[in-house]
Parts: sequence; structure tokens; C-alpha cells
Amino acid sequence: MEIIKPLIQYLAVIILSPLLLGLINRVKAKFAGRRGQPLLQLYFDLYKLSYKTPVYSRTTTWLFRAGPVIGLSAILCALAALPFAGRPGFLAFDGDFIFLIYLLGLGRFFTVLAALDTGSSFEGMGASREVQFAVFSEPAFFLALAALSKATGKLSLSGMFLALEPASWQAAAPALLLLTAALFIILLAENSRVPVDDPNTHLELTMIHEVMVLDHSGPDLAYILYGAALKLWFFGALIASAVLPRHSGSWLYDGAAFLGMMAVIAAAIGTVESVMARLRMIKVQYLLMGALVFSILALLFQTGR
Amino acid sequence: MLFLLLSLSLLCLSALLTVFCNARPERANFIGAAGAVSASAVGLFPAVRTLLHPAAETLSLPWPVPMASFSLTLDPLSAFFLVPVFILTAAAAIYGAGYFRPEEKKAPGLAWTAFNLLSAAMAVVFLAANAVLFLLAWEVMGVSSFFLVIFDHEKAQARKAAYIYLVAGAAGALALMFAFSLLGVQAGALDFAAFKRPEGPLAAAAFLSFLLGFGLKAGVIPLHVWLPEAHPAAPSHVSAVMSGVMIKTGIYGLIRALGLLSPWAPWWGWTLILIGLGSCLLGVVFALAQHDLKRLLAYSSIENIGIIVLALGLGVLGTAMGLYPLAALAFGGALLHVLNHALFKGLLFMGAGAVLHGAGTAEMEALGGLSKRMPRAAFLFVLGAAAACALPPFNGFAGEFLIYLGAFSALNGPANIVLAALLALAVLSAAGALALAVFSKAAGAVFLGEPRTQAAAGAHDCGPLMNAGMTLLAAACVVSGFAAPFLILPVSTALGAAFGLRTTLDFSGAAATPLIYLTAAFLALAAIVWVLAEKRRFFLGGRQPAAGPTWDCGYAAPSARMQYGASSFSQPLTAFFQPLLRKTLNIPVIAGYFPGKASFSSEARSVVFDHLYAPVIVRLRGLAFRFSWLQHGRLQFYILYIVAALMALLLWKL
Repeated sequence: MEIIKPLIQYLAVIILSPLLLGLINRVKAKFAGRRGQPLLQLYFDLYKLSYKTPVYSRTTTWLFRAGPVIGLSAILCALAALPFAGRPGFLAFDGDFIFLIYLLGLGRFFTVLAALDTGSSFEGMGASREVQFAVFSEPAFFLALAALSKATGKLSLSGMFLALEPASWQAAAPALLLLTAALFIILLAENSRVPVDDPNTHLELTMIHEVMVLDHSGPDLAYILYGAALKLWFFGALIASAVLPRHSGSWLYDGAAFLGMMAVIAAAIGTVESVMARLRMIKVQYLLMGALVFSILALLFQTGR
Repeated sequence: MLFLLLSLSLLCLSALLTVFCNARPERANFIGAAGAVSASAVGLFPAVRTLLHPAAETLSLPWPVPMASFSLTLDPLSAFFLVPVFILTAAAAIYGAGYFRPEEKKAPGLAWTAFNLLSAAMAVVFLAANAVLFLLAWEVMGVSSFFLVIFDHEKAQARKAAYIYLVAGAAGALALMFAFSLLGVQAGALDFAAFKRPEGPLAAAAFLSFLLGFGLKAGVIPLHVWLPEAHPAAPSHVSAVMSGVMIKTGIYGLIRALGLLSPWAPWWGWTLILIGLGSCLLGVVFALAQHDLKRLLAYSSIENIGIIVLALGLGVLGTAMGLYPLAALAFGGALLHVLNHALFKGLLFMGAGAVLHGAGTAEMEALGGLSKRMPRAAFLFVLGAAAACALPPFNGFAGEFLIYLGAFSALNGPANIVLAALLALAVLSAAGALALAVFSKAAGAVFLGEPRTQAAAGAHDCGPLMNAGMTLLAAACVVSGFAAPFLILPVSTALGAAFGLRTTLDFSGAAATPLIYLTAAFLALAAIVWVLAEKRRFFLGGRQPAAGPTWDCGYAAPSARMQYGASSFSQPLTAFFQPLLRKTLNIPVIAGYFPGKASFSSEARSVVFDHLYAPVIVRLRGLAFRFSWLQHGRLQFYILYIVAALMALLLWKL
């Protein structure tokens, strides 16, 4: 039974991820007083897209077709190393989070190249913004993890979250709170949510992630949408693991609490999207630098202790 | 050792023969390339054997030069640096045989002579066990690469580059002579084995002059000004060798010097760390602002040298403060990155050469769409670019991973080290994200989209020899990415030769498990990619995808010039770093109701040269002109000066 638990966890992640976006949309609809789309809308979309015939621009080459495949592979591989409800994934080793961050980089690199492959200036703009924001969010992410590593004394993601106990929150609440805030900002930026990007915008000029995938269609677009859902889960799970330090030891109970926390995070994202507008493009880097400052402050609190 | 001598003789012999083939390009190409490839094959064997069965072999030949001995020592550290020399020499020679076109007017014979001499000189630099021999090989290396830099001598830019290169080389050699004589005075001999650590401030003086001399060759900021001039000016396969391995002679020298000067003071570590941080961050920021593909790659080499020097600094600081796991991981990461950077940067420079060869320009704003015209080169360049961004599963990742891991493991150490580790983490991660921007810009602007000019539209593919050279290096990048655990043994034996047995043990203990897991993760990634690609094929179900134009938002007449160019792609970041970059922008003033033609241009000049060196040079030139009465151009007076100087020396010695 112990052997197949990671497998069940992994299956749960890859099956439940698209639900998060449904939840976010429901929360936004509630705020707007609408009924909103079905909870399972993304599943329907994915099914429909998988069996559509794609259209490829004559400008594109193999990179355009490889982009979605590699992007989705990178995030699927990253999820294998992600702890679930305080339990390690398949791949847990010292320094695994370094690998995870660079895997996200791999996905970004090929998504950006696929966008540039179309020769469209809209997609070039999106690609340019994508690599720009990573310059600020990646150091913030690294330093947030450094604060976590310093708080727990561990070098692997699973080890850190396993070593995180209610006592660590009592001892280092400000640091942990700051790094959770940093992680939440990074989540919003990496997943192109408001206030960094608006997934529902209708103007190509102002988009970031959506504009990079304008030309993709059919199964390729399905891969991209699914990859985005998995990426949202990835960042959400980091936050959920950070704020749920208590582990009862019962797999089912912990798992249920973890999934409940994921739903709460989805609701939080939906709330943020409903109550605030997106930032002007040139202000986004200041938001991300805010995350960087939160991470540095968390480290300072840890070092000063 | 016998094999190495054979390899050196093959290089020198083919260098000599190509001198006589200057009029016959085909024959020169054949002899030069065959000599380099066979010498590399012969030389790789003893180097690899020494890494797997660590032992130090010494060969001393009689040499009637005062204070000198012709002694070569092959120990694991030399062998570790020799491996990339031979791999890159072979790949570059194969590529070069296709790069020098016979129909061109310029004869490649002398270029082959210089190239093979350069390889031989680099090998001797890594092998020399005597300071005089080392400096001699060092100078031969500098001079032969000078001739390669000035290969396109009809271009003013190449002449300027070669001149700066010559001056920088001379300055570096001067610093090294000073450092070696400091050690030699203490020891009474100039053999490396006789050197002992000088006492007190002399040790610091030796460290600083070694740092100056070797730092100049490695191209750390602010000693880098020659590098982005000289590397792009040389023929592309030579740029590959220069950026891939020649600048590593500086790193090798630094490691040897650290070995001679142990134990180290903590501030030495801090010096290296600060230089490394500066080179890493500024190198990649400068790379982002470049318009020329080869200059961009040259600045990226500065970034990577910065990463290596940063890791050496962390290692020195860790050792000085007694944090051995950090030291071992940092030193090991530095060595691994030396090898990996050689492979992927060689590949990238060759890719840039293919572009230059096929389209006639490496100006990124004038290219585009080459992926359709040279698909193989494009594929290999993208692979090299992914490796250069340290993306898994390629080879650039392992070295940086170990440095990161070392920094994370030091987070619970003393406050001094925590600060260094955090600085390293922040700068490495920012530089990593910036490198991704740099290389997605380079690959995107050059190979993707529609061609922006006629030259790019008419680009031709490169020949089989050039493709073979690139494929060799690309295969090496993939293999050494997946086979990182097999590199633990060579790296740890090389570390043992450089820093002692303790580092060997610490390194293999700390690096083995994570690297094995990493390879498992790489294999998992490859499997997932394969499954998803198959799944996509299944979803398509044999249907033929439709073809159409790129979505242009309903605009009726899109043109290739409307694409996002290289500088528009990097504009948000270059604007952010403008205080560092000081790009000059010529923004046209548009006035009136019917404005005429306007043009916009931007230029990223060398900031360090303009703001640090140029004022000093102006002062020096003013000072020098005061002594111009000594320089009147009359030969008989010059001979008199020489005679007088010799007499003075003789009198002083008596």
C-alpha cells in the first residue's frame, strides 16, 4: 500500500488540477453575481481540443510543435518531485527544488521559442514579457526557498515541508508568513493571473501568457491549457504545504486537508481577481520586487533569530 | 606521456606543413584538420586514463635555458583541462575544414598553422611544471591566437580587436612574471614543485598578481575589455576554441596558484566572490544588449567565467572558514562547469559561424527564419542554447546545480558565509533567468520567424564537415548532461590533485546521490516527452494539419519587418538595466503633419572601456608624449640605447 500511495497522489494531482481553474471561475462569477461556467468546463475544453485538427502557420517549424509537448512534459516531471500533503513525491533528493525551478525554465524557454517561431509581433511581445518577469520572480523564488531551507535545515523540498511543524510556525511566524506571501505573488505572476496578467483579456497587446499561445490550436492548445492548470497546482501545492504544518499521520485525513487547502487557495486567487484590476505593465516588476523583498526579509528574520 | 608527446609533435608537424601549403587551400585544410584531429585522438587517451587511474607522470628533458627545465607533468588536474582542449580542437578542426572555403581568395594555410600551434600551446600550458616553460607556452598561445584574431585583417574592427588583445595579453604576462618571480625568489628555483608559500604580505601580493594575470586571460570584469572584441573577430571555429578552452587557461592557472598559496585568507575568497558576482551579472546584462550574435556569445562567456570564479571564491571562503562540504561542492561545480561550458559554448560559436557563413552577417536584426534554410544548424544551436541556459537535461545544469547546492548547504553556517551564499543564490538565479532571455532572443531573432533581409532569405545551409563538427559537440552536450554521475570520478580526482584528498572525499560524498537522482529525473523527463509526443500523434490520428498564415489580428498586409526584433525583445530588460548598460539611443524627432523618413538606432558600447579605461589611456598618452623626444626614428640611436642598456646591466652584475 505504501508503494502505490505516491502513485495515487500523482494521479490525484493530474486529474484534479483542471478543477482549480473551475473553482477560480466560480468564485469570480459569484463576486460578479453571475452563475458562471460549469466547474468542469476545462475538462470539456480539453476533450474537445484533443480531437480537433490543428492549423499551423506556414512560418512555423518543428519548434512550434515541440513547444507544447516540452512545456507539458517539464511541468509533469516537476510534479513528480512535489510533496503532497507532507509526503514526498517520487523524486525527492537534496537540491530537488533547484531542478524544479530549472524545469519550469525549460518549459518557459520552449514556450517562448514556439511563440517566436510564428513571427508574429504580438507573440514576440508576450515572449519578451515572459522572460522579463522571470528575471524578477526567479530570484524571489530561490530566496523564498532559501528562507524555508534555513528555517527547517533541510535541502530537499519534501524534507523542508516534512520538517515544518506547528512549532516552527510558532517560532518563526513572521518569516514563514512573509515567504508565504512571496510565494503567493510568484504564483500570481507565474500563472499569469490578475494583477500581473488577465486571463480573460480580449486585447492581444496587453496579454502575456495568452498572447504567446495565440497560434496554437487543437491538441497543442489542449497541452498548453492542461500545462497551465498543472502549473497552478504546482505553486498552489507549495503554499498549501507551507501553511498546513500539522500532520496527523493518517494519509486520508492529511490528503483531505491538503485538498481542502488547495480549494481555499483557488478561492483566494478568485477573490484577488475579483477585487482588484490588473497592474500597468511597467508596474509589474515592482510587484515582483515586492516578492523579492519579502523573501529577503524572511531570510533576515531567520538569520537574526 | 609518450602519447602526449606524440600528440604535441603531430600538432607542431602539421602546423609546420601547412605553412608550405598556403597556396593550396584544399591541401592546407586537409593537413591542418587531419593533424589536429589525429593529435586530439592520441592526446585524449592519456588524459582520460589519468583521470580514471589517478597518478602524476613527469617528463623532464634537458633544456639549456637558465632557471628553466623542460618538464611536463600530467596529473589529474592537467588531464581534466586537457580533455576539453582535445575535444574542442578536434571538433573545431573538422568544422574549420568546411569553414575555410577553397574558392575564397584568402589562403587558410597560415591560419591552420596558428590554430594547431594554439592547441599545442594550450596543451603545454596545462602540462608545464616549470614557470619559464609555462610562460613560454602562455606567450605562444597568445601570439598564435593574435594571428587568428587578425585573420580578417582588412576589417578595421579586427585590427583594433587584435591590438587590444595584444596589449591585454602582454599586461597579463607581465603580472604573471612578477608573481612567478616572487615565488621563485623564495624557492631559489622556478619549478612548480619547488615553490613554497611566501610569508605574510608577500603571499597576498602573489595572490593578487596571479589574480590579475590569470583574470585577464579568463576575462573577468573589469579585465574583460579585450574579450568581446577579440573572440568575435576570429574565424568562428577559432572563437569556439578561444571561448571554450583558451579562457579556461586563466581558471587553470588560478586553481594551480591557489594550490601553491594554500592556506588561504578569507578575504581572498571574498575577492574572488565579488569578482565572480560582478562578471556573472554584468556579463549576462551586457550580452542582452548586443546586436551581433558572436559578441553576444562572447559576453555570455564572461558570464560563465563569472560563475566559475564565483564558485572558486565560495570554495576558498568555505575552506578558510572550515565549511568543507560547501568548499567541495563549489570547487567541484566550478570544474564541472569548466568542461560543460567548453562543450556548449564551442557548439554555439560554431552555430554562429554557420549563420555568418550562410547569410553573410551575424547582425541579429538582419536575420530571421534561418531555421527553414539551415534546419540542422538551427536544431543544434537551440540545443546549445538550452544547455547554456543551464536547462535540464542538458550539460550546463550539473555544474550550476552543484554550486547552488553548495550555497544552500552553507545557509546554516556562520553569518559571513551565509551572506556569501545568499549573494551567490540571488545573482546566480537572476543571471540564469537573464541567460534565458539572452538565448531565447538569440535563437528567436536569428532562426525563427520570417527573414528580415534579402541576405537572410537567401542564406544557404552549411556543408557536411561543419555539421559534423557541431553534431560532435552537441552529442557531447547531451551525453555529459545525462552522464553527470560518471563525471564524479574524474572531477573528484582532479580536485584531489588541486586541493588535496579531503576535497576528493567530501565531493564524492556530497555530489554522488543528488547527481544520480538528477540523471534518473532526466530519464523520467525524456520518457514523459516521448509519451506526450506519441500521445499527440494519437490525438492527431493521421489527420493532416491545416496550413495558414500566422494570426495577425486581422491586419491585411503584414511584413517581415513588423516582427519583434532582437532589440525589441530585450527592450524591457535593457531599459531596466540602462544605468549599467548606458546604451546610446538615437531617437528621431518627428515633427509636422507629414513627417518624412526617420530612423532610430541604438548602440551598446563597452561601458567599462569607455568609463574606466579610456580616461586612463588619455592620461597615459599625454604622459608618454612628454618622452617623445626619445623616439625620433633614428636607428643608430636605438642601437645605442640597446648597447647602453646592456652595458649597464653588465656593470650592475659585475
